[in-house]
Amino acid sequence: MVALALDGIGAAYGRHIVLADVGIDVLKAGSLTAVIGPNAAGKSTLFKRIAGLIKGPGLVELSDSARGERAICYMPQDTGANAVLTVYESVLLAAKQGSSWKVHDGELVEIDETLKALRIEDLAFRGLGELSGGQRQLVSLAQALVRRPEVLLMDEPTSALDLHRQIEVLGFVASLAERTGMIVLIALHDLNHALRYCANAIVIANGQMAVSGASAEVINEAMLRDIYKVNARIERCSKGRPLVIVDSPCLEAPAAQPAQPAQKVPAPV
Amino acid sequence: MASVVLEPALAGRIRYRALALRRILVLAGLTVALVLSVCVDLALGPARYTLAQVISALTDPAAVSDQLRVVIWDIRLPIALIAVTVGASLSTAGAQMQTILANPLASPFTLGISAAASFGAALALVAGVALFPGAVQYAVPVNAFLMAVAASLFIYFASTLRGVSVQTIVLLGIALVFTFNAALSLLEYLASEQALAAVVFWTMGSLTKATWDKVAITALILVLTLPLFMKDAWALTALRLGDEKAESMGVNVRALRLKTLLLISLLAAIPVSFVGTIGFVGLVGPHIARMCVGEDQRFFLPCSVICGALLLSVTSVVSKVLIPGAILPIGVITALVGVPFFFALIFSNRRRAW
Ligand SMILES: Nc1ncnc2c1ncn2[C@@H]1O[C@H](COP(=O)(O)OP(=O)(O)OP(=O)(O)O)[C@@H](O)[C@H]1O
Ligand SMILES: [Mg+2]
Repeated sequence: MVALALDGIGAAYGRHIVLADVGIDVLKAGSLTAVIGPNAAGKSTLFKRIAGLIKGPGLVELSDSARGERAICYMPQDTGANAVLTVYESVLLAAKQGSSWKVHDGELVEIDETLKALRIEDLAFRGLGELSGGQRQLVSLAQALVRRPEVLLMDEPTSALDLHRQIEVLGFVASLAERTGMIVLIALHDLNHALRYCANAIVIANGQMAVSGASAEVINEAMLRDIYKVNARIERCSKGRPLVIVDSPCLEAPAAQPAQPAQKVPAPV
Repeated sequence: MASVVLEPALAGRIRYRALALRRILVLAGLTVALVLSVCVDLALGPARYTLAQVISALTDPAAVSDQLRVVIWDIRLPIALIAVTVGASLSTAGAQMQTILANPLASPFTLGISAAASFGAALALVAGVALFPGAVQYAVPVNAFLMAVAASLFIYFASTLRGVSVQTIVLLGIALVFTFNAALSLLEYLASEQALAAVVFWTMGSLTKATWDKVAITALILVLTLPLFMKDAWALTALRLGDEKAESMGVNVRALRLKTLLLISLLAAIPVSFVGTIGFVGLVGPHIARMCVGEDQRFFLPCSVICGALLLSVTSVVSKVLIPGAILPIGVITALVGVPFFFALIFSNRRRAW
């Protein structure tokens, strides 16, 4: 089974370091790991760094991978596209990158199955430009899944989905991970989803890893106050599941977080 | 409640195969139209021939009269074929520019390549300056080519700089258009009446300067560049989903963009230096192709090639029919013929065109 370890990785845009020294010994395969933290904390940047889309210090160590280059797949947060392509073509395109012109039946079957699993087979021959925001997000997810990654980095995959779709997608990815032993990192803003679907959680704040561990331990009232600046309770619902209930913004916190950690580096690495 | 969306639950792969087949048929239809258009183009002129005569002159030149053979093979065929190769080159260049720059307005025209070529030609026609001293008798096309390449290389090197976005590249191109147009106007202002007429004629574009050599060179460039684009078909299509998406699919966006830009420069500069400014084809050919077959490069690329060739070939026919005997500047006719057609396509097309 594939294993992924991060060793002191960082990233910078120009002179601004936005991610520094994130290290994790083992990312658990077969279950979801939530990556949580406020806006501009560096979650997307962390994903891009792991996927190799941006460069920076540190090491992303991938071992026991059967797929080499194509093992890691990043599903971007931004899903907009105005290409004159049908949904089906756009998913085919994701599957066929780097291979020949010829499209085999097996590849098409796989696309059919992926679309079906996400319940978007009805959209297959609609143009990308004609989709709603949530539909775009589902297509984007299909494009990621059809590449059959061993490490899947999902950047807020449910931000545009309705309630039904949210739990459906998260449940589907969780079961897929369990079946295939995939490593899944998933950036989320809904902490209740993180509690329910993700065994582990990593908290990113100001470009650094604040804590990591089992989600039920990591997501607690102190963390919500320190990192998210809200007064919140974690209470068990009548079915016994922990729930995050947010009461009010935290008054002793500074009103607005600076968007940039804005640490200056002497020279780009 | 009426059943609105009761499509049969046909497996996607069957519908996809049908879609692909339909596109292949569209390509085949356009190719037939192109062959027909070339034949009609050959038949028309001061002396009119029937299609049968044209075809026998093409297939069995030894059996037809000397006059027919000379007219078809030595006079009309180079012109008819250069319409095809130039149309194809400009349209392909435009298609890939629009793809890599994510901009529906990109074309050899908008990036200043045509304007640079015009300026180069005018330098030779007005000031008698040969930028490449070795080839004085070819000063006009050689100047045009060198200026076009210089403009493309400028754009290319500008885009290799860090932090230059595609929007910046388009802006730079537009700045080049204005610069070269201003320089051209200055030259025209200073030119003698004779030279001025020559410059105006050149910039309007004309196929009559065609020779077999030029046909061969333009065809060769197409033959060299098209396979390279074809090899990158999936990656180029992915680019249209946005840089980030393409990168997440494993495309090296930066390298692909630079490589494609370099190929485009070659593809645009040579035809422009041979036939002058024919702006419209490079912009509209790809759009027509996109409306016909979508943006999967495996269909879009060949369709752009054929649409561009067809557009210019039909223009050549129309310009002969419009005023028989007169040779109208092709660059002007392309726009006059193409714009209404293009409008009709845009307004009749309910789907998104970009
Ligand atoms: N392309 C870029 N160029 C410059 N700075 C950037 C770029 N992308 C992100 N940043 C900066 O990097 C920091 C981290 O951004 P990132 O996108 O990783 O945040 P995030 O945790 O994903 O936030 P969100 O929850 O809003 O998606 C922010 O301060 C942001 O302004
Ligand atoms: Mg983000």
